[in-house]
Amino acid sequence: MLENVRLAFQGIWSHKMRSFLTMLGIIIGIAAIISIVSTIQGTNNALRDRLVGSGNNTVKVNLSSGGMDITIYDSSSIPEGVPMVSEETLAKIQSLSNVSSVTAYNTRFVSDGVFYKSSSLTEFNIHGIDANFFKTLDYRVKSGRTFLRDDYTNFRKVLIIDQTASANLFRGENPIGQTVDINKQPFTVVGVVYQVSSYTPNIQNLDDYYTNSDNSNGLFFVPKASWPIIFNYDEPENVIIKASSTDDMTNAGTATASILNSTFSNASDNVVYQAQDLLGIVKQQQELSNTTNMQLIWIAGISLLVGGIGVMNIMLVSVTERTSEIGLKKAIGARKGVILGQFLTEAAVLTSMGGLLGVGAGIAMSQLIHRFSGIPVAINIPAAVVAVLFSMAIGIVFGLLPSVKASNLDPIEALRRE
Amino acid sequence: MILKLDHIYKDYNTGKLVVPVLHDVSLHVEEGEYVAIMGPSGSGKSTLMNIIGCLDRPTSGSYELNGENVLNKDDRSMAEIRLRNLGFVFQNFQLLPKQSALENVALPLVYAGVRRRERQRRAAEALTSVGLQDRMNFQPSQLSGGQKQRVAIARAMVNKPRLLLADEPTGALDSHSSIELMKLFQRLNDDGVTIVMITHSPDIAAYARRTCDIFDGVISERRSGHINAAQRAEKEAEEEAERALARMRQASRRREQTGGLA
Repeated sequence: MLENVRLAFQGIWSHKMRSFLTMLGIIIGIAAIISIVSTIQGTNNALRDRLVGSGNNTVKVNLSSGGMDITIYDSSSIPEGVPMVSEETLAKIQSLSNVSSVTAYNTRFVSDGVFYKSSSLTEFNIHGIDANFFKTLDYRVKSGRTFLRDDYTNFRKVLIIDQTASANLFRGENPIGQTVDINKQPFTVVGVVYQVSSYTPNIQNLDDYYTNSDNSNGLFFVPKASWPIIFNYDEPENVIIKASSTDDMTNAGTATASILNSTFSNASDNVVYQAQDLLGIVKQQQELSNTTNMQLIWIAGISLLVGGIGVMNIMLVSVTERTSEIGLKKAIGARKGVILGQFLTEAAVLTSMGGLLGVGAGIAMSQLIHRFSGIPVAINIPAAVVAVLFSMAIGIVFGLLPSVKASNLDPIEALRRE
Repeated sequence: MILKLDHIYKDYNTGKLVVPVLHDVSLHVEEGEYVAIMGPSGSGKSTLMNIIGCLDRPTSGSYELNGENVLNKDDRSMAEIRLRNLGFVFQNFQLLPKQSALENVALPLVYAGVRRRERQRRAAEALTSVGLQDRMNFQPSQLSGGQKQRVAIARAMVNKPRLLLADEPTGALDSHSSIELMKLFQRLNDDGVTIVMITHSPDIAAYARRTCDIFDGVISERRSGHINAAQRAEKEAEEEAERALARMRQASRRREQTGGLA
């Protein structure tokens, strides 16, 4: 076997030009496929990284009715029959293997009733949060501090705002230590926070708007314990989980939603927890472009077929040329299988080399595409390995006919020819 | 008995008509013999050689090699017999042009499944025994005709076969190389190798201990080995005398030329 490979290399090397031209079909086909696959992979990666999970793999599991998220803006819009999320339920969600952290929070859409001195803030969200919230959503403190244990246990009227709210309400003043009226309750600002990996949302419809509107005019955060001070009641909560990886987002979200839904059964208006499926939306987009890409790959596949036929052609010529060599080998005792093996190895080595060169050319080509058109590319290693193996298979398939022909040569006839 | 062919018939079927090539050929060769088969082209001697060499099968008849019937074997076993029991030497050497002498000689060992190091050792040994120890890494194109044929003999002998088959081994050689080659054959025969050689030249056939004539597919024994050996001695003496005469003539011509100038 090893001897055959050595012989094959010798044969290929002694006909450099011919071998290269034979390989060319395979090289072009594989290069085309590799560059197409790299472009697809690059685009998919970019979509996933930029769009999904705002880069930190969080999934919102919101109360919804009829497929639409429920927005609570006053006490009449609170869905009935939905309990608060218990510590036990949170622990259960936290123990899911694809969930790295979880937080439950109250949220309301506030239209007015928030004042600082003479200015007011309208049309924004206020969250009643637990200690996990900032960690789960990757918030960092810009100035001041985050909530302390005391804030929760003593029902302190403390407030943390995000940078947008700070800009809209305080207009350049230092907000730390100032008092803000929320529903006529005085709250002291203790910190300003920002989200580390936020993204610019791509809003195309109403759903997208509701998905992303919560950070439009700014965000207020109060300790969950202090929530009834402002709004009088405990309210049903929404949940946000952080998945262990981007690929886990859909599964983790679905699992969390079903755990939450199992805690109640008599809610009004078909109210259920529903996980946002950003990954699913992106997948739909990708599937659309994938059909086009599949067609491209098919076309490249045809060039591989043509390359394979070229290999067969040259191998047939080579068998005819080497008739007396084959005859001699059979005369001195080479079995049919040995001759067959020798020619098959030669074909397979030839096309594998073509495949390797093709992968190289494909990588170079996708780098060029990236440089000149800016399309993101990512080299897909498994695809490259498959490409080389596939070209080896082409060699074996298309080398079969010439090899069988060689192994069936009559040694007497073969020796007689010069 | 190493070779035992009895009542071999061989017809070639061209589709429209059947051409008989061998007609009731029987040939027995004992271990250690040196047999020449002589005949003009078209006499069927190559066909006989192919049958002896297990490359072809007769239409009818029986053939035993080393007491074993080879005609009921399949192609795979035939290849095995060629590999282990037979050595081939061809008129046009049939060396692989891109491979060194050593690699050419080692080729049958590859098929016999011998490991690389052992292959090289045995191939080198075989090349040394034909006097080519300093040409091992030469390619066939760098060797003379006589050297090429010696490489071919080394290749034929590397698996230590019982029987050496030579088809017109001197056909592509000049007379000097031919004589060298025949000396090598004699040495091999003296070492116990059985040789069957095909030739159309009586001069070459004279080196064998026994000669068979084949004509129009019919084989006939010629003379006894003794007469053959005597003939050979006579022929060598004749050649020696001729060479001496040529030297004398050359010498006298040179004398005449120097005399003319003076």
